[in-house]
Amino acid sequence: MGKVKPRRSMAPSAVFWLLLGGLYFFIPLLTTLLFSLKSNQTGKCCTAANYGWVIHNGEFWHTLKISFLLALETIAVSLTIFVPTIYWVHLKVPKLRPVLASLALIPFVVPPIVMVVGLLKFYKGTPSWFYGQPWGFLAGAYVILAFPYMFFSLDAGFRSIDVHTLTEASQSLGARWTTTLFKVILPNIRSAALAGSFLALAIVMGEYTIANLAAFHTFPIFIQYVNETQGFPAGALTLLSFGITWAAMGSLLLVGRKRGTRASVLTGAG
Amino acid sequence: MAYLELQNLQREFAGGVRALDGIEVQLGQGEFLSLLGPSGCGKTTALRLVAGFDRPDEGRIVIDGKDITNVAPSKRDMGMVFQAYSLFPNMTAAQNVEFGLKIRRKGKGERSGRVGELLELVGLGHAGDRYPHQLSGGMQQRVALARALAIEPRVLLLDEPLSALDAKVRVQLREEIRRIQLELGITTLYVTHDQEEALAISDHVAVMYRGRIEQIGPPAEMYSRPATPFVAEFIGTMNRLEATVSDPTSGTVEHGGVTLTVDAARGRTKGDRILVLIRPETVELAPENGSNPANTLSGEVIAQTFLGPVTRLKVVGPGADLIADVSTAKAATLPIGMKVTAALPVTDARVLELSDEGFEIAEEPGQAGR
Repeated sequence: MGKVKPRRSMAPSAVFWLLLGGLYFFIPLLTTLLFSLKSNQTGKCCTAANYGWVIHNGEFWHTLKISFLLALETIAVSLTIFVPTIYWVHLKVPKLRPVLASLALIPFVVPPIVMVVGLLKFYKGTPSWFYGQPWGFLAGAYVILAFPYMFFSLDAGFRSIDVHTLTEASQSLGARWTTTLFKVILPNIRSAALAGSFLALAIVMGEYTIANLAAFHTFPIFIQYVNETQGFPAGALTLLSFGITWAAMGSLLLVGRKRGTRASVLTGAG
Repeated sequence: MAYLELQNLQREFAGGVRALDGIEVQLGQGEFLSLLGPSGCGKTTALRLVAGFDRPDEGRIVIDGKDITNVAPSKRDMGMVFQAYSLFPNMTAAQNVEFGLKIRRKGKGERSGRVGELLELVGLGHAGDRYPHQLSGGMQQRVALARALAIEPRVLLLDEPLSALDAKVRVQLREEIRRIQLELGITTLYVTHDQEEALAISDHVAVMYRGRIEQIGPPAEMYSRPATPFVAEFIGTMNRLEATVSDPTSGTVEHGGVTLTVDAARGRTKGDRILVLIRPETVELAPENGSNPANTLSGEVIAQTFLGPVTRLKVVGPGADLIADVSTAKAATLPIGMKVTAALPVTDARVLELSDEGFEIAEEPGQAGR
């Protein structure tokens, strides 16, 4: 048996580009952090008062709650609509997949400002519990906005499993459609569903145009308001919202790492 | 009375592709039938109709006297093992086996007892906690078999379950499938394109071609008395000699200017065009020595293929295009280029009407498409 070659150290050019990328990424964060630590009264460093101001601000929690609940609603509605639809398309009408993929691109192509004007006109005259509430109109718009992210994530998930065989195996063992979907299919596209969900979460937590034009007071609207009226606390708020997004991505990473461990065992199976 | 009956099953797919053209099968309880044929012959379609994943355009599927043609697959009580690995990746081997029992709301004690029993039966009592990705292909198919058996199916359906496995595991597992089938006495429908596999483990073999059953019968009969040129060609290797009956009383036929005697040609009409089918193992080769014994063709050895205990020789000459299986030791005395005589059997040859209709045997891919 030949000698195992020691792992080569990283090439200097790779280190250079990695450092450059890191600086590009971290310098704005670092400057924002330094900015957020300045006193709102004196403009001098360093105080955590801006973070205290944000955390003790009722509007922060209120708008954060609205956006977070909107994100959860968007995720729930999207998964309820798209999981069975994409499952059915993969199973029964695979020819429709490209059509769905084209439809999913529309929210990318149509600018949010055009979309919101169209939606506002279209839904004008609908009951106020829908039109006047973020849980109705805004959630509906966000489901459309999240469609491409949800679709392409779920589609990749369904393509990574043998939908036909798993469905037929489940049915031959006596399972109904619902049992097959919840016990067999969903657990095996969990990562894809989570990826789509976190993308939807990130979109909703940061969406400004639609909420602003439709006159709903969400977290991004609050960030913008603070940004316009309070200099240093705006930096603290930016970093906190950045942290929330990263916490969501970290959760996804943890789930992914679990599956990665399984995959490494697979290569060892004889 | 037959336990499983397929009555005049017909299925045509979009584009006018006729996958099944009126197949008829009657299978007794506890019997093992293999549907054998080349790719596209309709064998998997037939199995999927029995499983309920597809519906026939015409015909009926009857089990134990009950018509189940329009019953949903989840209510048919059919255990199925698929060609592709079909274990649920999110469940362990034991959980996979338990799945059907949970659906049937069996008690926890009964479930765990049955799961343990079945995993032992397939030789995987130690692997219940492993996930599918931690099992080899052969182990996965064993678990799939245990899972299909757990629900005590009325019929066990196996759709080329061994085709993705390597040769050694395939032989080992097919013997285990047969052992378990006999032990449990379960009626089994097995789809394969591997004639050796079908002959080795079945009570009956149905050879399918172009959506029809060409011949159905016990393996030995299929091998020794093929009913059609297609079956003769598909099962085993066969020499095919076109001949004309010259004397129906003595069974004499003319082939390439040589007179041969074939018992099976007796009673035919003089001048009939026939196909004489001869298995390679019944052809006897000897070095040519100038004499011209009866019932022999002369030629030259042009190729040798080592097959282990026997070697397959190809002999070509005027009127002779034969293959013969001889012991490997004897093959050493018949090198390529040697002139030989090939003695043909009088009694073991089979005769069929020479049909103008040709046939093609498609290559079976390793992993058949859906």
